[in-house]
Amino acid sequence: MAPPNTRRTGFSKRAQYGTFFGYVAALAGALVGGGVLLVSLLDHDAFSGVRGLAADVAAPAGSAVAAGRSGVQDAGATLYGWLTWGTTNKRMAQELELARVRLAEARAVSEENTRLKAMLGLRDALGPGNPKPVAEARLIQSSATSLRRFATISAGSDDRVAVGMPVRSPLGLVGRVLEVSRSTARVLLVTDPESLVPVRRARDGLPAFAQGKGDGSLQIKLINLGVNPLKPGDVFVTSGAGGLYRPGIAVGVVTQLSRDGAVAKVLSDPTASEFVSIEQVFAVAAGMPEALTPYQPPVPERKK
Amino acid sequence: MNAFGPAESNRVINRAPSPLVARALPWLVIMAGSVAQGMPLIASAPVMPPFGFLLLLAWRQLRPGVLPVWAGLPLGLFDDCYSGQPMGSGMLLWSAAMIGMDAIEIRFPWRSYVMEWLVAAAFILGYLLLAGGIAHVGGSIPVLNALVPQLIFSVLTFPLVERFVAACDRARLWRFRAFT
Repeated sequence: MAPPNTRRTGFSKRAQYGTFFGYVAALAGALVGGGVLLVSLLDHDAFSGVRGLAADVAAPAGSAVAAGRSGVQDAGATLYGWLTWGTTNKRMAQELELARVRLAEARAVSEENTRLKAMLGLRDALGPGNPKPVAEARLIQSSATSLRRFATISAGSDDRVAVGMPVRSPLGLVGRVLEVSRSTARVLLVTDPESLVPVRRARDGLPAFAQGKGDGSLQIKLINLGVNPLKPGDVFVTSGAGGLYRPGIAVGVVTQLSRDGAVAKVLSDPTASEFVSIEQVFAVAAGMPEALTPYQPPVPERKK
Repeated sequence: MNAFGPAESNRVINRAPSPLVARALPWLVIMAGSVAQGMPLIASAPVMPPFGFLLLLAWRQLRPGVLPVWAGLPLGLFDDCYSGQPMGSGMLLWSAAMIGMDAIEIRFPWRSYVMEWLVAAAFILGYLLLAGGIAHVGGSIPVLNALVPQLIFSVLTFPLVERFVAACDRARLWRFRAFT
């Protein structure tokens, strides 16, 4: 089909001006976009109001889709389970035996732990091991096309969700709240390239940072450089440093060693976690909100 | 009566296409694509094709007159609200894409289907690379291995998106009861 030629406008002055100003507007649009981009790169919170409003508007549709999504995923899991039930059953029976033994051991350790703490007269300053979450929510949308990893949850300032709160699923850490609007909140997932979570190896407390890679995995960066002590299968949990995440939330398991650390798989894959709970910021929950204020060097007094 | 509505022979006399639907539908379809692209799955990596952008390209190629050259600015702004990209990246890239599509149309007025697909693939490649670069300003690790599957998936999805746009284009001129 021959394309309509919109540039050749003939003698109509009105059509000529219309075409001309169309191109002017297009170029101006590109320039405006560039300007807005520059502003939003310099100040990340610059347009959070607009985004929050947009997320609130789309929230009902997102919730409806989320309900359907879990059904579809269940169907896939059922089909897969039907095909592999024999081997899975056998493997799980073995794992269950092992887990029973481990559970008995863990109970013994836990009892010993309380006994020792009682002997030392230590008050459990950090409260119970599993604090009550601020809110429970669904993941209703994610940035599935962008390199940045954000998700939207169906709870906002109306549910007392605030910026900085950690978001977790029963399987482990999902991310933290970045922007809050009335009925939704934007979550920075742990796989985002700008997310940095202080972690430690669950086995011996080896400190490290877990940075997102943007492709669904984490880069474990060791704090102590030297011989790489990591092994595939090492589990990393949050260390509590920085005061945002309470210690002991599972983050990732090492899959592949790199030169100065390792690549880890996220334990609570957001694809599989339907409901998430939003927890209080660790430092606030532990009664030390002043730990979150950034360090300000003392100003030397000016002599008169 | 055929599959796409009443045929010429038995057309009902007081039915006419609505100018509102005919003008607004392309915009609405693209905006719906921008909202919907994040919903089907909570992804831990960029895997979904950028449906808003694919729909923009498809409308521009199938119905060149229906979107003005400056349409990239408002539609890109809307996409930025939902895509997770920094605000302004869609406004800039979508505007640039509209201007680029216009230039290609003037340079090659007669195009085969394969060429349209190749042009669209080139635009998708450029868009994903630039959007990835914008999202990664200040980041440390280049994430090309996350972009390649998304690129392949997007290019292969594009003909389906065009089919969908063609169906919407038929719906655009549906005849409604006219009150005149």
